Amino acid sequence: MRTLTHIAAMTALLATPAAALDIQSHTTPGGIGYWLVEEPAIPMVALEITFEGGARLDPAGQEGAANYVAALLDEGAGDLDAVGFAEARDAISARFGFSAGRDSFSVSARMLSESANETAALLATALAEPRFDADPMARVRGQILSSLAEAKTNPSTLARDAWFARAFAEGHPYASPVAGSEESVEALTREALLAAHGRLLTRANVTVGVVGDVDAATASALIDTVLAGLPEGEPVPPAPVAEAPPAGVQVVELSVPQSAAIFGHAGLRRDDPDFFPAFVMNYILGGGDFSSRLMEEVREKRGLAYGVYSYLSVLDGAALHLGSVQTVNARMAESLDVIRGEWARLRDEGIDEDALERAKRYLTGAFALRFDSNAKIAGYLVFMQREDLGIDYYERRNSLVEAVTVEDVNRVAAKLLDPDALSIVVVGQPVGL
Amino acid sequence: MILRSAAAALALTASTFAAAEPAITTFTLDNGLQAVVIEDHRAPVVTHMVWYPIGSADEPAGKSGIAHFLEHLMFKGTDEIPEGAFSKIIAANGGTDNAFTSYDYTGYFQRIAADRLGLVMKMEADRMRDLVITDALADTERDVVLEERNQRVDNNPGSLLGEQMNAMLYRNHRYGVPIVGWQHEIESLTRDDAMDFYARHYAPDNAYLIVAGDVTPEEVERLAIEHYGPLEAAGRPPEVRPQEPPSLTPRRIALEDERVRQPYIVRYYLAPTRGTGDTETAAALSVLAQILGDGITSRFAQAMEAGDKTAISTGAWYSAKSRDPSSFGIYAVPGAEVELATVEAGLDAVLATLKEEGPTEAELARVKRLMRAAMIYAQDSQSSLARRYGSGLVIGLSVEDIQNWPAMIEAVTAEDVRQAARTYLTLERSVTGWLERKETEEEQG
Repeated sequence: MRTLTHIAAMTALLATPAAALDIQSHTTPGGIGYWLVEEPAIPMVALEITFEGGARLDPAGQEGAANYVAALLDEGAGDLDAVGFAEARDAISARFGFSAGRDSFSVSARMLSESANETAALLATALAEPRFDADPMARVRGQILSSLAEAKTNPSTLARDAWFARAFAEGHPYASPVAGSEESVEALTREALLAAHGRLLTRANVTVGVVGDVDAATASALIDTVLAGLPEGEPVPPAPVAEAPPAGVQVVELSVPQSAAIFGHAGLRRDDPDFFPAFVMNYILGGGDFSSRLMEEVREKRGLAYGVYSYLSVLDGAALHLGSVQTVNARMAESLDVIRGEWARLRDEGIDEDALERAKRYLTGAFALRFDSNAKIAGYLVFMQREDLGIDYYERRNSLVEAVTVEDVNRVAAKLLDPDALSIVVVGQPVGL
Repeated sequence: MILRSAAAALALTASTFAAAEPAITTFTLDNGLQAVVIEDHRAPVVTHMVWYPIGSADEPAGKSGIAHFLEHLMFKGTDEIPEGAFSKIIAANGGTDNAFTSYDYTGYFQRIAADRLGLVMKMEADRMRDLVITDALADTERDVVLEERNQRVDNNPGSLLGEQMNAMLYRNHRYGVPIVGWQHEIESLTRDDAMDFYARHYAPDNAYLIVAGDVTPEEVERLAIEHYGPLEAAGRPPEVRPQEPPSLTPRRIALEDERVRQPYIVRYYLAPTRGTGDTETAAALSVLAQILGDGITSRFAQAMEAGDKTAISTGAWYSAKSRDPSSFGIYAVPGAEVELATVEAGLDAVLATLKEEGPTEAELARVKRLMRAAMIYAQDSQSSLARRYGSGLVIGLSVEDIQNWPAMIEAVTAEDVRQAARTYLTLERSVTGWLERKETEEEQG
């Protein structure tokens, strides 16, 4: 008890804001708006570029095109073949990452500040002039097909894919995995990839964040260099809005000792006035690692799983409240009963002031922990711009958490949580389901 | 044009690297606790870690998994911290915490606002000597660990193959036993087993404190004296581990599993490490792993992915930071319709050439340049900086050894790499594993 008193005294200090982050808003001479944080401590620059659209722009029958393009952007561009490109990148010690998400296509670059100009020039060719040569196309297609084949026996991947396939009507872009299917990837031609590239990477859909050892004039020049070769394009249309996922349990048979489950139902959009109460509510339910109710009941009290989580997933066309658990086949039914029970308990009984205070202390205190690298800060600059949260959001964010009341959480829990509406997919050989 | 300007950049990189090293301070308490402070003032947060140089390779026979089981139980409570409250207290102070167990070490860490360093030190110091565990708690947590094993190993044929190969590579050393433990031995672990292991190994003179973040060394030392200072040293000599006999025979293994959709071949070679004192060889092997397996310009990828196109993926890795001789690994994933024997022969052909001719100066320069840049990029992550020091100290390296590593890499010559390959990448020192799909009766029918 002595320890707890001591700790309670310490927490009074905690309402400190997150680290001061001097976020600047600029527009390049070429007309690209971006946010910048100057951080001279390490001689490097992190550049984060996101294009709206991503895999949801893949046409029917061409699922996986965006993912395939992402895997090929560093496999030859301009005058350089795949090996030439890798040598040029290594010669300036730059690091590039390209990835397709459900709603966006992301480019992450890290560069030494001394070779930033050369890095920008090389990245520009990757974005604007990818070659899609036959050899790397065949090799990368083989890698994608191999991972798709493997995913068919990975219970957690399979559960996630099956959940989305069940939750979204056939033809909705979220119904298929970002990487597509073996059939769709087999069918993707060079022409299809060129078309996807033209569709995905356009200046009208770009958001940029820069963090590091760089000033605004230099950052502007770097961005203009990187994006110079891209077409203006049109803003992508909004994602089709989906119906609520169907309730009930679907079992996918797989010969493994431990089943994997994904469960979820409708959540809230980020611009919903109840989003922050829902965010705090989910922390208490299943978002807070060892402090969450799901972890307490499923893992700590019963030893049913190594981990159990829930989270709010906000896609452009769907707001979801999702969760996952992996439990030995014989006890999966018990795990799901416990989870449904916690869903109902929070809906029916709500929370008390103490639980809210602990949640707020974690959520406000841990906010600063997210920003311990230039790369993470750059990612957050892009997130804030894409969600249109305002340049002062970083400073306001903790006060939005602080403003949540017990009544808010209980009202949102009663509205949002519905154990009977949970759509559940279990992969494995669960007993009694 | 790009390549020409890059040459100029290269010359600058070496000097930037030296200037960019973070400020490192060390001190040792009277009770033997050794501490390293890494200053990073970019944000008002701190990473606090305690590393014990004790891992699964120090477990008594028949008790596999006890180091990892104890790591789980360390969160349960002490004479001062109520049952189940440890992580909740950290979270209620806006922090996150976790732990990890490996062959050579067990580590515990918190990331939290810098003004909470005293709190997490008080809690970590408390559980270094005053852990309280009931039988009921241990029984439930054993089920959690079995689920963790299911999730990490038994649900994944590739992990099962790796486990079987390690058991063959090490005939006498405990690196051959999985960190998480064999299932039948985890099932029999008790609360008393864990407390015996704890009492034997957890003490300030058998621990390293790493603090990285927005702190001053003076403040860290003051807090460490306050919280860790009162703990009594155990005064135990370091454990002596059984070592490997000479490796005389190549070993082979094939794991067939109906869940396998992508076959591959993987090989482990028994190799010296930084912990065994042969640092020059460890540096040469680190460079060798990059030359063989890092990216499309590497030897394996050039020969088999870009060259004869028999493989869709290849690679190499090396566990330089191990206390005892450990593994150097290579693998190849065949393309559709290609036999495992074909890609295995492809790997061997690349190795034969490299053992004969050694790497080119251009290859050597590329790898060294990338490793230099990696040191700069690593500074962007406070946690990875802290881990670099923790994982070095626990295998017996000094702070100087850790800081000297880039210079050791710089000093590697083409002949060093060739000799390391000839000496250590021999079949007698290896286990070769094939992961294959077992056809079900239905498919055969």
